[in-house]
Amino acid sequence: MKTFRIGGVHPQDNKVYSAHKTITEVALPKKAIIPLVQHIGAPAKPLVQKGDKVLVGQLIAEAGGFVSANIHSPVSGTVSKIDSTKDAWGMAMPAIFIDVEGDEWLPEIDRTPAVNAICKLEAKEIIDKIKAAGIVGLGGACFPTHVKLLPPPGKKAEVLIVNGVECEPYLTCDHQLMLEHGEEIMVGIQIVMKALGINKAVIGIEKNKPDAIAQMQRLASHTLGVSVEPLNLRYPQGGEKQLIDACIRRQVPSGALPIEVGAVVDNVATLYAIYEAVQKNKPLISRVMTVTGKDVKNPGNYMVRFGTPIADVLEAAGGIPDTTGKIIGGGPMMGRAMSNVDMPANKRVSGLLLMNKEEARRNTPENCIRCGKCVQACPMGLEPYLLSKLSYLQRWEDMEKHDVMDCIDCGCCQFTCPSNRPLLDYIRTGKATVGGIIRARAQK
Amino acid sequence: MNLILISLIALGVTGLLAAVILYFFAQKFKVEEDPRIDLVQEVLPGANCGGCGFAGCRALAEACCKASTLDGLLCPVGGQQTMKQVGDILGMTPAATDPMVAVVRCNGTCEARPRTSQYDGTRSCKIMNSLYVGETGCAFGCLGCGDCVAACQFGAITMNPVTGLPEVDDEKCTSCGACVKACPRHIIELRKKGPKNRRVWVDCVNKDKGAPARKACLNACIGCGKCQKECPFEAITVENNLAYIDYTKCRLCRKCVAVCPTGAIHEINFPPKPAPKPETAQPAAVAQPQPAPEAQAAPKTGQPNVEPAKEETKQ
Repeated sequence: MKTFRIGGVHPQDNKVYSAHKTITEVALPKKAIIPLVQHIGAPAKPLVQKGDKVLVGQLIAEAGGFVSANIHSPVSGTVSKIDSTKDAWGMAMPAIFIDVEGDEWLPEIDRTPAVNAICKLEAKEIIDKIKAAGIVGLGGACFPTHVKLLPPPGKKAEVLIVNGVECEPYLTCDHQLMLEHGEEIMVGIQIVMKALGINKAVIGIEKNKPDAIAQMQRLASHTLGVSVEPLNLRYPQGGEKQLIDACIRRQVPSGALPIEVGAVVDNVATLYAIYEAVQKNKPLISRVMTVTGKDVKNPGNYMVRFGTPIADVLEAAGGIPDTTGKIIGGGPMMGRAMSNVDMPANKRVSGLLLMNKEEARRNTPENCIRCGKCVQACPMGLEPYLLSKLSYLQRWEDMEKHDVMDCIDCGCCQFTCPSNRPLLDYIRTGKATVGGIIRARAQK
Repeated sequence: MNLILISLIALGVTGLLAAVILYFFAQKFKVEEDPRIDLVQEVLPGANCGGCGFAGCRALAEACCKASTLDGLLCPVGGQQTMKQVGDILGMTPAATDPMVAVVRCNGTCEARPRTSQYDGTRSCKIMNSLYVGETGCAFGCLGCGDCVAACQFGAITMNPVTGLPEVDDEKCTSCGACVKACPRHIIELRKKGPKNRRVWVDCVNKDKGAPARKACLNACIGCGKCQKECPFEAITVENNLAYIDYTKCRLCRKCVAVCPTGAIHEINFPPKPAPKPETAQPAAVAQPQPAPEAQAAPKTGQPNVEPAKEETKQ
């Protein structure tokens, strides 16, 4: 069975808590807060004003640039204010506040569950529709999808790689989505293949989801050009570059985008959103989130409308247990601990992991013993021990020379370190600083 | 016997030859250096702190010797006195500069600024700042990990365990600016030391609007603008809900201190006022000068009341 060739670790997957739990809807909040930054790139510009009535699916903020995304109202009601709110890390972000009244949808949105497999649109129309629906990569990076579907001049996409890997421990939202909405995802794959003008797609799924592999293989057997690649368990297989290596054995050069090797990577959740946008006229207003943890009362997969406070989502899963030590937005490897639960759910948050006090404890860092485990584990072929030291010493030029910008923040180095050194903490700080230096240089 | 003699002669001749060649090359490739550089370096403190903006004391000495005037060249550690000595050597007069000192512009003590979460990651302000807002509700104030303490070569900054804030020792601070660069939140500023070390400054950098700022910290500047109206010298500006006192314009009249409703403006090293005037009685109470100003920021009421945080942070 295939996997990527450099580095990687294998954490215990702990998916048992929420696996095979049917996707359930979380009740609408009384007040929805819609952040204007739910993607990578420029913030969206609000189109509504205080007092405006909005319907579900109505465009309320338009993309603020090429790399940006539209934002639609996930609820119906009245705009109460446009102000700044605080995200889960206390940073201010602009947002639209809506008082929820009922649940009225825009009439053109098709809410019937029937699968509509026939798409007669041209490639350009598809991309325009995806752009209008504000779809971003739901795997975690939130990169606007329409940008990926428009390869830069001179580059040609050859293969679509579908990310059904879900290598993060604990998370099961993509798994459940493949089980429940496999057909829709398959239509989504065909739509994207049409938009890119290609006839080959590979779905990568890790072998700890045998039912999803069987389901997608069954569906793929009816679809021309689509194949399923069962993959060995290895984190971070869901990383773009790792997945391309695992599925089609091509290595993306340092600093380049996947299109360089003719690949476009999309997550299954993104493809489901594309299906809904193109076939059902439904913009991206909700996503499946996994709420999980050892002590959570009702761990499971929840369909959450954006704007619902995280506290409400946690309430739906049975509230915050008393033993909770940390609440992590996302999975345990890439996710970040939250400092409050008032933040609204948005395109970025793929899961909530409640760790109890014992699990959340951080071990005391010891001295580096030069064992080289971090070097072995790094999927990008970097030297984490060196980069973290250089960051500590603030030697930014040297960090740049050692390719710190290739770091994908996967945390394998820190996970594998027997001395519990905070390697990623330092590397990430250094990466931010070096990134700033590079941008400043480019502006000159 | 012969052998010993021959080896001695051979060795001697080789040595002589080498000496001649070395002498020749030393003359040929001699680096002409301004002899004054050594003299200037002699009078510089030799801390190599980089506070002057050059790579070290030698680099500053070279720059001084090359420059036509001493304007803009200043050794902050040695100050005016050292620059005068440098000027004497080079036959120039240094520009008049006021002695400076590092000032920590945050008064978010443990008591005034309740902790809302608990950080268990690496104790570094830079890392903490990149991860989240910090353990309190204030997104602008001191994080308390002591990056500034580590950056100071002169041992002038210490963490006060009671307030959780860094404190600058006026005597030891050389205003090299290392702490200013180390602080990821730009809280520390170099300000004029002032006559008899008397200074007035806004002890806050919170740019939030009044209500959230006050909610996060009792000592926050709420940007009400009272001080701006009160100031007779137009030294105070209020921008982004935050007052700032321009130390080049401030004449230390201390009217702003009296009107500040949150006590965000600090004065230190002033003699005690005789009796507060009736109309300013209440605010003046906030600004009662004390011999050790930091003690005012650190109410010695024992342990701060920190509520156990439910949501903690990972890194």
